[in-house]
Amino acid sequence: MFRISRLPTFAVSHGHLPTSQSPITPKLQFFNSVMEDGKQIPTYRVLDGTGKVIEGAQLPDIDEDFARRIYQNMVKLPIIDTLLYNVQRQGKISFYMTAYGEEAAILGSAAALAADDEILGQYREMGALLWRGFSYDEVMAQCFGNCEDTGTKGKQMPVHFGSRKYHYHTISSPLATQIPQAAGVAYALKRDPSRRGRNCAAVYFGEGAASEGDFHAGMLLASTIPSPTLFIARNNGFAISTPASEQYHGDGIAARGPGYGVQTIRVDGNDVLAVLAAVREARKLCLEEGRGVLVEAMTYRVGHHSTSDDSFAYRPRQEVEDRKRVDNPIARFRLFLESQGWWNAEQEESYKAEVKKEVMQAFKRAENLPRLELQEMFTDVYGGDEPWNIKEQREELKALLKKYGNTWEPWKAELKKYRGEGKELLEA
Amino acid sequence: MYSSRLARLSSRRLWLVNHSARRFQSTEPPPAGGHSPSIATSSYLRTTRDAALHVPGLRWVDADNSRLEDVAAGRETRKMNVYQAVRDAMSVAMTKDDTAVVFGEDVAFGGVFRCTMGLAEEFGRERVFNTPLTEQGIAGFGVGLASMGHTAIAEIQFADYIFPAFDQIVNEAAKHRFRSGGEFGVGTLTIRCPTMSVGHGGLYHSQSPEGFFMGASGLKIVIPRSPLQAKGLLLGSIRDPNPVIFMEPKILYRSAVEQVPVDDYELPLGKAEHLTRGNDLTLLTWGTPIYHCETALHMLETPPESIAKHVPTSMRSAKVELIDLRTILPWDVDAIEESVRRTGRLVIVHEAGRTGGVGGEIAAEIQKRCFLKLNAPVKRVTGWDTPVPMQYEKFYIPDALRILDAVVETLAY
Repeated sequence: MFRISRLPTFAVSHGHLPTSQSPITPKLQFFNSVMEDGKQIPTYRVLDGTGKVIEGAQLPDIDEDFARRIYQNMVKLPIIDTLLYNVQRQGKISFYMTAYGEEAAILGSAAALAADDEILGQYREMGALLWRGFSYDEVMAQCFGNCEDTGTKGKQMPVHFGSRKYHYHTISSPLATQIPQAAGVAYALKRDPSRRGRNCAAVYFGEGAASEGDFHAGMLLASTIPSPTLFIARNNGFAISTPASEQYHGDGIAARGPGYGVQTIRVDGNDVLAVLAAVREARKLCLEEGRGVLVEAMTYRVGHHSTSDDSFAYRPRQEVEDRKRVDNPIARFRLFLESQGWWNAEQEESYKAEVKKEVMQAFKRAENLPRLELQEMFTDVYGGDEPWNIKEQREELKALLKKYGNTWEPWKAELKKYRGEGKELLEA
Repeated sequence: MYSSRLARLSSRRLWLVNHSARRFQSTEPPPAGGHSPSIATSSYLRTTRDAALHVPGLRWVDADNSRLEDVAAGRETRKMNVYQAVRDAMSVAMTKDDTAVVFGEDVAFGGVFRCTMGLAEEFGRERVFNTPLTEQGIAGFGVGLASMGHTAIAEIQFADYIFPAFDQIVNEAAKHRFRSGGEFGVGTLTIRCPTMSVGHGGLYHSQSPEGFFMGASGLKIVIPRSPLQAKGLLLGSIRDPNPVIFMEPKILYRSAVEQVPVDDYELPLGKAEHLTRGNDLTLLTWGTPIYHCETALHMLETPPESIAKHVPTSMRSAKVELIDLRTILPWDVDAIEESVRRTGRLVIVHEAGRTGGVGGEIAAEIQKRCFLKLNAPVKRVTGWDTPVPMQYEKFYIPDALRILDAVVETLAY
């Protein structure tokens, strides 16, 4: 009872229900916001559009090297994206998804994490892998599904990266499934004496994925079964063609956090320093309290959803052009770096040229590598003894290859793309 | 009905020649509860220590590896029902593996079927805990834990409520190893759920959804028939390097009682078990219907007067081979094929509806392998293709009478 009487807005105490701390009120009043007066949750920002620190903001603790490293990784993204997007257009890879416009949201958050925090992504977070040291060759290997693709062995679509070494859980296409999984990963971290209080599970998802039941489940789990889970929502305004206005009626994703009892912040996702500061603090809270924390990064999806999508079918080209011009996360950070004397036009030019060259080399190399052996198709379905059905079906394919492999043109041509051209099957 | 078919095929089995003879052996009324063995008196339950220690395929899992694995001497058994055996298995698993945790809806106070009784007190709330009421969350949480190498033993309160977790199980758990080229995997995940009918469960406390998971390669599906089986198979499932759905026939939780070894042991996954041997017909099932099959075989031998006229005397000495499949995925094709090659006849019994059921998959594979050996069509005795109906259950489930009829019809074909 004494707790209630301390609340200033309820001058007359009517007590509370036995199963709740909610004070009883005589006022019949509906509400529809977590903030007072129906105002929206504010967006935290450090740098303005010209790269200047806004009034009242505090710069996060960064030195020149760290800042340059963040910027350089941001710059890498559109270079890789542009190449692989065009390469997909030429039919050299089957699919691709760019991260245009979300470079700050991804790199700012990745830079705020410890190198061994577990990351569970959606699919637009390749930048976090690059930050941790994933090479251009590894990017290409997965997108081409060639024999160096240890992360998926050519079994998944492009951009479904994964790396045990970099604590980056393999991406899968079903949206939001990684969210409750992240709570489980976080619980494992909390139970592991060598990682408890040191590591969290960071889970990325878009605002569209947050409509899935799995988002609800994940938020509930990480708060109820306290688990250090860092929820990072990339609110880029679109889920394929569906604008955020058709995705939810409330105040974005951030407004949901308090409903789950989860510490929450909304941040300008095009301001890499704001994202860095917010995620750093969120991570700290996450580890201290051992519980879920939510960060909603507001950005704009500048590129098409994927190479299978033409976004001008549902949004004006001019809108995209305007966003690119007035609110470019890379340009904004570059202006800041230049104001500090940490970067200049010359460095910009030479660095970009170097990245372009290296990315092109990796691409050329990947393009000429064969796929893994055809028999890999049947591996890793089960651990331990291989069940009879898989064994028999491999034999069935082998018999078919023996019968038709040298004569049926579509197979004959395809077999040449695999290391060993299927011989390991035929001669086994 | 069978006599015209018999006229055509009677040469196949000598004992069928006498098919038209009818003999009414008893004039006394049947005893209360019927003529037949019930679950409580089943001969498949091991009531002595000696029987419980000598189970085919049982593998002792001892901390001391220097001991011979097959030494049964000096080991203890205890009388347990299924829920106690399941609880015992989880206790053993958690004692030996510090990463093992048990979670689900209402598991902390002991579970709605008592399967987790006392575990929270024994191992602490960090290792045995309630989750919010979200099946997709429970499965997803388990996938996450297991992807970190921790042993996750999740409970879905009823198999009927596993469908919200279908996406996490089929798209995520089953494909985890494959899609990551073996870099990640959730082999330490086990999902337990009560399954099958209970007499009054209606649509959503009776289902047998094993067939829905049969196409999810990468998963294993296990269904035990008794306390001893439940403990050995559950320990095998928890330690199997693949995600396993472990379905516990809920009507057996209290009704099936037998001696269960106290020590740590496993029974093999992917292996069927012969409960009777015979050369005339193969009867294949799993879970609760094992006991209906036992009753049906008893009725075949000594039919109650009320139905005796439908059981030709010639068939009463038929030797039926009863097999408990135990693992639904991957199922033991070798054992079933070998048996059907000998018997030439196969009857498959399951509680789930027929269309899309596990029986269809087995029937197709066996007809492919045993085509020239089959003397009758493969028969399936199953639930009907309706939801499990509350007040109609007696006519819905494949009970002893329906199994007996299928056996007689198949023998007479």
